[in-house]
Amino acid sequence: MNAPFSPILLRNRRPDGPVPFDEYRANGGYEALLATVGKRDPGEVQAMVLEANLRGRGGAGFPAGRKWQSVPKGHKGPKFVLPNTDEMEPGSFKDRILVGADPHMVIEGVLLCAYAVGAEHGIFFVRPSYEMDAELMERELEIARSAGFLGRNILGSGFDFDMVVHRSAGRYICGEASAQINAISGLRPNPRKGGPRMAVSGLWGRPTVVNNVETLACLPGIVQNGPQWFKNLARTPTGSGSKLYSVCGPVARPECYELPMGTPLREILFEHAGGMLPGRTFKACLPGGASTSFLPARHLDVPMDFDALKAIGQRLGTGCIIVFDEETCLVGATLNMIDFFARESCGWCTPCREGLPFIRNILYQIESGQGREEHIGMLRQMGHHMRHAYCALAPGAAAPLLGLLDFFEDEVREHIRHRSCPFGAVAPTPRGKPCAPGPVTFGPTPCREGLSCRI
Amino acid sequence: MQLEELKNKLQQEVSKAEFPREHAIDVLYALQNHYGYLCDEAMADASWILGMTLLELEELATFYDFLYRRPVGRHILHVCDGVVCWMYHQYSLLDHLCRKLGVGPGQTTEDGLFTVLPAGCVGNCHQAPAMLVNGRFYGGLTPEKIDTILDDLRVSHEELAVCR
Repeated sequence: MNAPFSPILLRNRRPDGPVPFDEYRANGGYEALLATVGKRDPGEVQAMVLEANLRGRGGAGFPAGRKWQSVPKGHKGPKFVLPNTDEMEPGSFKDRILVGADPHMVIEGVLLCAYAVGAEHGIFFVRPSYEMDAELMERELEIARSAGFLGRNILGSGFDFDMVVHRSAGRYICGEASAQINAISGLRPNPRKGGPRMAVSGLWGRPTVVNNVETLACLPGIVQNGPQWFKNLARTPTGSGSKLYSVCGPVARPECYELPMGTPLREILFEHAGGMLPGRTFKACLPGGASTSFLPARHLDVPMDFDALKAIGQRLGTGCIIVFDEETCLVGATLNMIDFFARESCGWCTPCREGLPFIRNILYQIESGQGREEHIGMLRQMGHHMRHAYCALAPGAAAPLLGLLDFFEDEVREHIRHRSCPFGAVAPTPRGKPCAPGPVTFGPTPCREGLSCRI
Repeated sequence: MQLEELKNKLQQEVSKAEFPREHAIDVLYALQNHYGYLCDEAMADASWILGMTLLELEELATFYDFLYRRPVGRHILHVCDGVVCWMYHQYSLLDHLCRKLGVGPGQTTEDGLFTVLPAGCVGNCHQAPAMLVNGRFYGGLTPEKIDTILDDLRVSHEELAVCR
């Protein structure tokens, strides 16, 4: 039996709104910043974060300290920190919960990151669906500024840093770090590739650190309590810290839970989220948002951390768990997700622009009873081709497809054999209109009506 | 605010910025709010204010979910079609919404009151199925709840929560 875990990131969460500045201060908020600016060397903060093994919570899991070490030290001119709040992946809502619960913990985390890398400007990039977060952050930033925690010469230390809120107009690709930089620059937000890393040349050609807000919110705790404390929070030897796991689908208590990194999937779903809804049986889940693979029931005891999931060929991603029950058609679910990714592709590179609609059309044929045996091989081949795309959107999109083929090929075959969906209904495409049926051929896709819904 | 006053105000803000292009989306939002959508006049105004070409602005205006290059209704319904809402039979809700309003996805009702837009995940998966009405979350939807929401909107003059 594990000892009860006290939340760190959501410790101040309450049902009636975000914790105000005064209460955050009264609970020890900004103490880490007070103990750091002008008192610790920025390199010391970087070393602490590196030793704490803080890995990015936005999906990639890259060590935050190593990212920061790439920022050039003697750089003349401003550097930027971008706290990334642009979560738009189906199943993900943890960042919204965090920002809405404790905005000053996020602000303090951004400040500590900025101090560690010598940044002067922060840009809080927010998607339009989260307008209330944008308004909240603008209000709380002004309060922090009035208290001397933002602006010039913070707390008399000589450290200058200020932050603004940048409203996006809403596209999934804006969550990709280099696309976000283009979006802020007023350019079409296609991802960038090649050339110097963003830590060297990012926004306006200046060193830029892009970190997920959950990653940044871990910093006050690490700085205040030390790297070992952070490591000890995890349930697995190579994991560290706590993790926000959001759970949705047919479970009794769909919610965002903060638990030790490495908490077993079964415990998250069947203890914290209350198990399946009455009458429903667990079939599979996506462990880290729509860009991760289906995980069948035999993996329910896997610890939810980066290395444990990697060991079974999976990814933790954002840690946002989507549950599917036995009554749900996974071909239909995959079709829905592929349609989402096809629609959200920026269209820059061929595998993504042409490949995803092609996959969508094959899946639609299978779902609507026109599937053929050779479609399975074609789907597998196309899924693997996605790794040749320009950015991570296409390989992420292929993850549930490949999971479907790896673990639920029988279900796909059943569609083909019975020439209909065994779940009794043809899942319509998200546009409410089926893709053009007919033979699948390599080449331009006949189905582009999704794009017309953007007006 | 009158158009000339708005344009001058935006132009002053942009001219003070170190990187004027950073304000591209803000300017497009402001003009969209004034004109109702990004009509050709709005695009020309944005080009003048930001010093960006019409082509550069077109790349933005046609790319994003919350910028409208065609006319929209007074109330905008972004109906989530993410996989979690899909599991909660979102299609029947979208169908219900479209049948009730007599429009297809992406269309506006004849009286100009409602535009129905299918949307990527709106970040309310634990209260699926969900939609945004003028930028505000509505979760746990049923056909009955949708009917009530539509009836309320018919008599309300609610401002957009986004795109200001």
